[in-house]
Amino acid sequence: MKPHTGILSYAAYIPSYRLALDELGSALGVAAGRGKRVAASFDEDSTTMAVEAARRALGTRTAESLYFATTTPAYADKSNASAIHAALRLPRDGFAADVSGSARSGIAALRAASSEGGLAVLSDLITGRPGSSDERGGGDGAAAFLFGPTEDAVAELIANASASEEFLDRWRSPGAATGHQWEERFGYEKYLPLIEEVSARALSDAGLSEADHVVLVSPNTAVAKRARSLLPGRVSTCGSPVGYAGAAGIGLALADALDRAAPGHTILVISAADGCDAFVLRTTDLLGKRRQATAVADQLAEGQRLAYPTYLNWRGFLDREPPRRPEPDRAAAPPAARALAWKFGFSGSRCTACQFMHLPPVRTCKKCGTIDAMATESLAARQGTVATYTVDRLAFSPSPPVVEAVVDFDGGGRYTLEVADSDPESLKVGTRVGLTFRRLNTAGGVHNYFWKARAI
Amino acid sequence: MSSRGIRDQVAIVAMGCTQFGEHWDRSADDLLVDALAECFDGSALTVDDVDAYWLGTLGSGQSGLTLSKAAALDYKPVTRVENYCASGSEAFRNACYAVASGAYDTVMAVGVEKLKDSGFSGLLRGDPPADGTASELSLTAPAAFSLLDPAYCARYGVDPEEMRQAMTHIAWKNHANGARNPKAQFRSEVAKDKIENAPLVAGRLGVFDCSGVSDGAACAVIVRAEDAHKYTDTPVYVKGLSLVAGPAMGATDPAYDYTSFPEVVRSAQDAYAQAGITDPRTQISMAEVHDCFTPTELVLMEDLGFTDRGQGWKDVLAGDFDLGGRLPVNPDGGLKSFGHPVGASGLRMLYECWLQFRGQAGDRQLSAPDTALTHNLGGRPGSCVSFVSVVGRELG
Repeated sequence: MKPHTGILSYAAYIPSYRLALDELGSALGVAAGRGKRVAASFDEDSTTMAVEAARRALGTRTAESLYFATTTPAYADKSNASAIHAALRLPRDGFAADVSGSARSGIAALRAASSEGGLAVLSDLITGRPGSSDERGGGDGAAAFLFGPTEDAVAELIANASASEEFLDRWRSPGAATGHQWEERFGYEKYLPLIEEVSARALSDAGLSEADHVVLVSPNTAVAKRARSLLPGRVSTCGSPVGYAGAAGIGLALADALDRAAPGHTILVISAADGCDAFVLRTTDLLGKRRQATAVADQLAEGQRLAYPTYLNWRGFLDREPPRRPEPDRAAAPPAARALAWKFGFSGSRCTACQFMHLPPVRTCKKCGTIDAMATESLAARQGTVATYTVDRLAFSPSPPVVEAVVDFDGGGRYTLEVADSDPESLKVGTRVGLTFRRLNTAGGVHNYFWKARAI
Repeated sequence: MSSRGIRDQVAIVAMGCTQFGEHWDRSADDLLVDALAECFDGSALTVDDVDAYWLGTLGSGQSGLTLSKAAALDYKPVTRVENYCASGSEAFRNACYAVASGAYDTVMAVGVEKLKDSGFSGLLRGDPPADGTASELSLTAPAAFSLLDPAYCARYGVDPEEMRQAMTHIAWKNHANGARNPKAQFRSEVAKDKIENAPLVAGRLGVFDCSGVSDGAACAVIVRAEDAHKYTDTPVYVKGLSLVAGPAMGATDPAYDYTSFPEVVRSAQDAYAQAGITDPRTQISMAEVHDCFTPTELVLMEDLGFTDRGQGWKDVLAGDFDLGGRLPVNPDGGLKSFGHPVGASGLRMLYECWLQFRGQAGDRQLSAPDTALTHNLGGRPGSCVSFVSVVGRELG
């Protein structure tokens, strides 16, 4: 990462479901501890969570390049960053690429984005076999960081250092849902000197003897467990706030640190993953005004209970009898490409003659009949009100029943949308909703991404 | 609307209708053959007298070959028609126009649907390849129509419990009528508490708020009105035919409140104008309407002008649309008792008018009905097609 750049804005996205570890423990007859595990919904993946974090980080800003890091890409061969780019309605002449494979991909995305003044989005959905430490100690989520000139930054980058070393600590076969870890003490012994060496170099480059805040994240469970004692910061020391989160862990930890750091504080960020990377940030006076809207800690404190059998069903470990309805057809490539601005950007068309808003976009105005006088308008950031809704117990869904609402958007426009993360009992006519980017279904290996309504 | 209509220009002179049900042992071909056989049985007509055919089916076959192969037709024109749940009615409408135009003397409208071969619950969709964003793809028909219930309660301040009673009454009434019909899929009365305590399908709609899924076929022979008495003493004269495909405004327009089908209102106005109906409440003796779900029938009572806006639920509960009420609705048992083999339903409705006018409706025979309405709805609230016909026992 280059000096003279910094983080202009940042945000994390923590999904809303929480798995109670004691319920998991009693279901499996093991000691799983207490506490909660953050779980993405059945309709979320690393791409959709990335969109949510990036939308929050960008606000009204844009980015010329986008680096998407994950260990759990929704597609191989096909880029996932292009879907995120489309959902964020970033400029067509920009760059968008995946940095996939290991937890270190998160650092790669941050380095690439910081050197170009682009957007790094780190997102992961960690699945572990029932009873595994990844199931208990993992977590899902995403974080996004927009980089740019230091004058406009909430935190400037003042130093970085790296070391690389090949050894077997954590691995997973491509395509497999769950991975493996060698005896954790082996990796711990290998990581310890790397962490000491790299953090010392980074601090020295920054001209510091210690940092105010230290963030230490590692896929190695022993390193992660000892993060607080290995290298204490003057004010705070922390690891990933959701447990092991693949490539997203370092992002979630950094967002958490930025939530808490005072202006003028230094943050030493260390990622020990197949080597070690460290960088040092100094927060600026702008941080006070430009923290993310909802802090990581506050997002974590929210959330709704997810029953363990439902979680197992969502992750494919419990094959539940579906409704007696056909599975959906796969979304077709040419219609999806024609509908790009609608499907990914939730853009409709507003008649320039009479101002009537159409979702999806059409050429002929339904109100006044004027043809081809439409202005494209995205309602992705718009809020709306539930006009009416229903609970569909017959429809095919990975998690029945389907809840659907007719949503009237502020400023015009109506569409019937599935409701995400919903408790049907709490939904009412008049409930205020926003939009969230989700995966409606997967058919024929094709992920059908679109927007859902979500109660505010 | 500017349709001229074809009032009293054509007439139905023969009809056939299979029993509706789960015909595991009959194909769509078999059902077509059975419907045609009943139609010609006891009629002076034979299959060779029919000059052209219109076949309505949503998904039980494509092209005119579906009929011509099954009935081994002698190189006759067969037009396959599809217009969602109005497909059977649409076959009838186009067949009538063919006679009225003078192009043919004798035509047949046929409808068939074989729903029970799919192994799935409810209707299936045959959508073209698409972008995956249409709400129809995830929201089933019962869910789409369940939106009417809370919307109606909210608009008219109806207590949800009273609305539930009105929905229950509609299901109870149609099953009671169907119990008197040997051709219905379900031929037993259903107690109101059983209807109310049935497992939920969508929203507040339980199993008994939904029409069944069945197989069936029905057909009608249509000739010029002046020729009708050559074939029968009791023809059914066509007074008005209207089909409206809406622009799907309700799905897009926040002004739409899910308490009415504008498409139904417009098609009823059009059909009434053609038929000279100025007061449907007194001029129409009976109606066969598209009771796909119980709240649909309630809203239709208002859209068809059988009652005032916001008043329908009271009239339903007062028994106005019962077999012995002021305007019997679905005397044959409706979709509720017959199920909804899509292409056949519109012609099955006309078949009840045919029987009632001839005094052949058995235990459910009405007292001297002379003017009847049939109605089909295809699609869902906010985005649908609607068909309305008015038929009469006499000319003029």
